[in-house]
Amino acid sequence: MKLNERSVAHYATCDSPADHTGFLRKRVERHHHHAHHHHATSYQRRWFVLKGNLLFYFEERESREPMGLVVLEGCTVELCEAAEEFAFAIRFDDAGARAYVLVADGQSAMEAWVKALSRASFDYMRLVVRELEKQLEEACKSLAACRKSPRRSSSSSGRKRHLSNPALLPLQEKPTVLENGYSTWGCGGGTPGGATCPDHDGSHAKPPPLPPRRRSAASNATGCPAPGIPPAVPESLVPLETACFSKLHSWYGQEVAVLRQEWQERQKRGHP
Amino acid sequence: MRYNERELLCLARQPAEKAAEILMRVPKKGSVLKKRLVKLVVNFLFYFRTDEAEPIGALLLEHCRITKEEENVFSISFIEEPERKYCFECASEEQCQEWVEALKRASYEFMRRTLIFYRNEIQKMTGKDPLEQFGISEEARFQLGTHKQ
Repeated sequence: MKLNERSVAHYATCDSPADHTGFLRKRVERHHHHAHHHHATSYQRRWFVLKGNLLFYFEERESREPMGLVVLEGCTVELCEAAEEFAFAIRFDDAGARAYVLVADGQSAMEAWVKALSRASFDYMRLVVRELEKQLEEACKSLAACRKSPRRSSSSSGRKRHLSNPALLPLQEKPTVLENGYSTWGCGGGTPGGATCPDHDGSHAKPPPLPPRRRSAASNATGCPAPGIPPAVPESLVPLETACFSKLHSWYGQEVAVLRQEWQERQKRGHP
Repeated sequence: MRYNERELLCLARQPAEKAAEILMRVPKKGSVLKKRLVKLVVNFLFYFRTDEAEPIGALLLEHCRITKEEENVFSISFIEEPERKYCFECASEEQCQEWVEALKRASYEFMRRTLIFYRNEIQKMTGKDPLEQFGISEEARFQLGTHKQ
């Protein structure tokens, strides 16, 4: 079966961050031609790089191409009773499949690898994402349910903008916690002035409003003025269930683009 | 580069996110569109001759670009070789759009970013880190700002 090996090797060696790296000794698997297990088990030290659900190994740390790849779907990772200390094995469900026996340098290295590898599968990641998706939906619903609470003024001049763009995160703010255990910035039902905002992609009505986590253009009285912010952006009415991550990403991305432009202009004008 | 082909073949037999018979052309000189069974499983796209059980090939969908080409057509290329395109001609524009959307979301990297995004949103809304219950809040792979595109 063909594989896009060049691209896979490129992915292994490019500078996207790895999930875990380190030296491990890998048991050499030999074909046994004799009836008796008359073999010396040997291990070879390799440099291992875990990226996502792919475990690469290199002959040397500086090698420019991976020697091999273990795709980590459908595997289990277990400590194993090899003669070696700090040994663990990657095994696959498939009957007759060989196991990869690996030996770490010490107890903590072994534990770290076992942990990282057992959570490396795509399936596991997908599970966690789905769970978080549900939790986010529920958090939105609870906030929508407290519509009646008075809107909190978001004027603390030191506050930086909350941008959910994962690539651009200012200081994390801790939202204030109300006594029901949920936090809120004050869930208004709409923008100041009570105007309803258009549903972004024109689909079903009554989406749960996201909490207004940023100052709208209208209430920019204090703190850093942001003249460039597109005023049409409604603060709290992105319908979460219709806004998949990529849509939210580009929606918030508009603001990022504007802010970045402002910042660059300010830099040019010699502001700190 | 060695790889555990056996496990990949096993993966190719798993239930797919998406599967369809689509005309496909590989980026090789003189290659033409051929009908293939195309199957998306986790971050791999497998392609089979329509009457065979074992795939001809697999594409790892990391660091790739999915491009909508002309009508009914999309392509997959990889960032280090953007000119080499795997072309797919669908039966309809709708099918084409569905595949483009699905493939764009198919990478592990995309899922990771989604997870970090949700984690952050939940944390802001509830003050709690949702990954703590999984015991994985400290892992490097889920940290904000660790993984940039």
